[in-house]
Amino acid sequence: MELITVPLIIEQPKSKVMNGSNSLNPHIVVENLNIYIQDNHILKNINMAIPDKSITCIIGPSGCGKTTLLRSFNRLHDDNMNVKITGNLFVDGEDIYAKGTEVTHIRKKMGLLAQRPCSLPMSIIDNVVYGPRIHGVRGRRKLYEIARHQLVAVGLWDEVKDRLKSPASTLSIGQQQRLCLARGLAVEPEIILGDEATSALDPISSKTIEELFVTIKDKYTVVLVTHTLRQAKRIADYVAFMYMGELVEFGTADQLFNHPKNQLTKEYISGGFS
Amino acid sequence: MLKSRLLKDRIARHYMLTATVVAIFFLFLIGVGLFVNSLPIMQEKGLWTLLTTSNWRPFKGEFGFASYILSTLYVTGIAIVIALPLSLLTSIYIIEYASPKILRAFSSVVDLLAGIPPVIYGVWGTLTIVPFISESLAPHFVEFSTGYSVLAAGVVLAIMIIPLIISILMEVFLAVPKEMREASMSLGATKWQTVKKVVIRKSIPGIVAATVLAISRAFGETLAVLMVCGNFTDLPKSIFDACYPLPALIANNYGEMMSVPQYESALMFAAFLLFFIIVLFNVISRVVLIQIDKRYQL
Ligand SMILES: Nc1ncnc2c1ncn2[C@@H]1O[C@H](COP(=O)(O)OP(=O)(O)O)[C@@H](O)[C@H]1O
Ligand SMILES: [Mg+2]
Repeated sequence: MELITVPLIIEQPKSKVMNGSNSLNPHIVVENLNIYIQDNHILKNINMAIPDKSITCIIGPSGCGKTTLLRSFNRLHDDNMNVKITGNLFVDGEDIYAKGTEVTHIRKKMGLLAQRPCSLPMSIIDNVVYGPRIHGVRGRRKLYEIARHQLVAVGLWDEVKDRLKSPASTLSIGQQQRLCLARGLAVEPEIILGDEATSALDPISSKTIEELFVTIKDKYTVVLVTHTLRQAKRIADYVAFMYMGELVEFGTADQLFNHPKNQLTKEYISGGFS
Repeated sequence: MLKSRLLKDRIARHYMLTATVVAIFFLFLIGVGLFVNSLPIMQEKGLWTLLTTSNWRPFKGEFGFASYILSTLYVTGIAIVIALPLSLLTSIYIIEYASPKILRAFSSVVDLLAGIPPVIYGVWGTLTIVPFISESLAPHFVEFSTGYSVLAAGVVLAIMIIPLIISILMEVFLAVPKEMREASMSLGATKWQTVKKVVIRKSIPGIVAATVLAISRAFGETLAVLMVCGNFTDLPKSIFDACYPLPALIANNYGEMMSVPQYESALMFAAFLLFFIIVLFNVISRVVLIQIDKRYQL
């Protein structure tokens, strides 16, 4: 494959660039990111700047490195000794891979929704207040209020308010994914990461979660790996198209879907391959 | 084609059912056999007397089991109290913190340790633990101890069951999904917080099961214990006193002095007691596990 020139939207973190009608304020800036897993070059020189308070969708065929990229944002590769990472990754201007950077405060800034919801082995309410507790919030009343607030925010309150103490595993998959979102929101993050977060859900739950992403983007930077192009078309403000470990094209949803610059992007969004 | 497949399925199912029934039947058979053989002494002395007195003079017809029962519980208790925390910490370290290389190396060491015959642990105990207790440890607490004691038996037993517990616990911790740890870490939890609040919590049923297995094993362990426990029939007053657990009693005496009236029946009763304790203990723990599952659905 030809070497692809990577469109760099913004090079310096925290600089403002006008782009059409959107004012861009990059929240996550990726610079020359390379990831190797067991000597395989998985991510190849990724450069991108993910704007604040909007939904960025990462699309691309299976195995192209979307999950690997997303997990690098909150350093979830740390525990895997086979993974080698070079380059820089800035969150709020802080180089999170710099030596001596403490990892928990970075992760606290980001809520992560996995492909399959993963409730923790405890009650519904304890799941939601797990994060706050970890970070030192005490007091029944206070924790209860946090739980109520976040469960209302994800539209789960009415369904669970009478059984907050039941095990979280008794919820349906769709409910569990919303619970996971509430749990993520409860640590008051700035960024929500989702890795095909709706792919395991039934259509209705999937739609609920999707709508939630749209609702919360006023306050959060949302980065989603999406498994369906249609979903990206519905909700994305920005789209990153990846192919074989490279970032092929990054732009606004309109740019990328209606006026793709790259031939590969064109083929992919017209359903030429998947 | 289809028919032979279904037939095989049927045979397999029946075969497994039969095997299960046979296994349960043998368990039942052993229980009944022991019970029937210990009936004479129960009828003569009464259950209560047998369980609550501790005079053991077979020639005079006195059979009190209290000190044997107490010794068994005592030794097993000490073994578990020592072994469980050590095994927990070790297996958590190996699974959560150590590198995969260490994990592999350690797994084979654990398997090896679990395969060492009890007699070797027993010899090792008499050579090291017993003198250590008698010379270095006991003098701080009591006037005199031979070293052959409750503590020695507990320690040797602990060392024997540690590999067993560790190997089960490692499986248990490995079974906790990676995603669950990541869910916790991604909320900003530290590794230790994740281990404490998620991994261990999720593993509670497994930890209980491992403990149950270890205790059952400890109850019944005979050879290594009888080599270091002192085999002395009296209620142990401290952990530095000699003791005499049930399995040691049976192993030391069965086949001898069978001319003494009721002696065989008394030893059968000892075996029945041991059998009963272990079965009862397993039933109770099964109930506890079911309750945990019902309540928490971890
Ligand atoms: N832990 C891992 N060990 C080895 N290879 C991995 C690991 N994680 C991902 N990979 C490889 O990295 C590539 C990208 O994977 P991934 O990021 O999951 O792709 P996507 O999410 O786009 O489907 C794949 O070829 C996959 O085999
Ligand atoms: Mg993926």
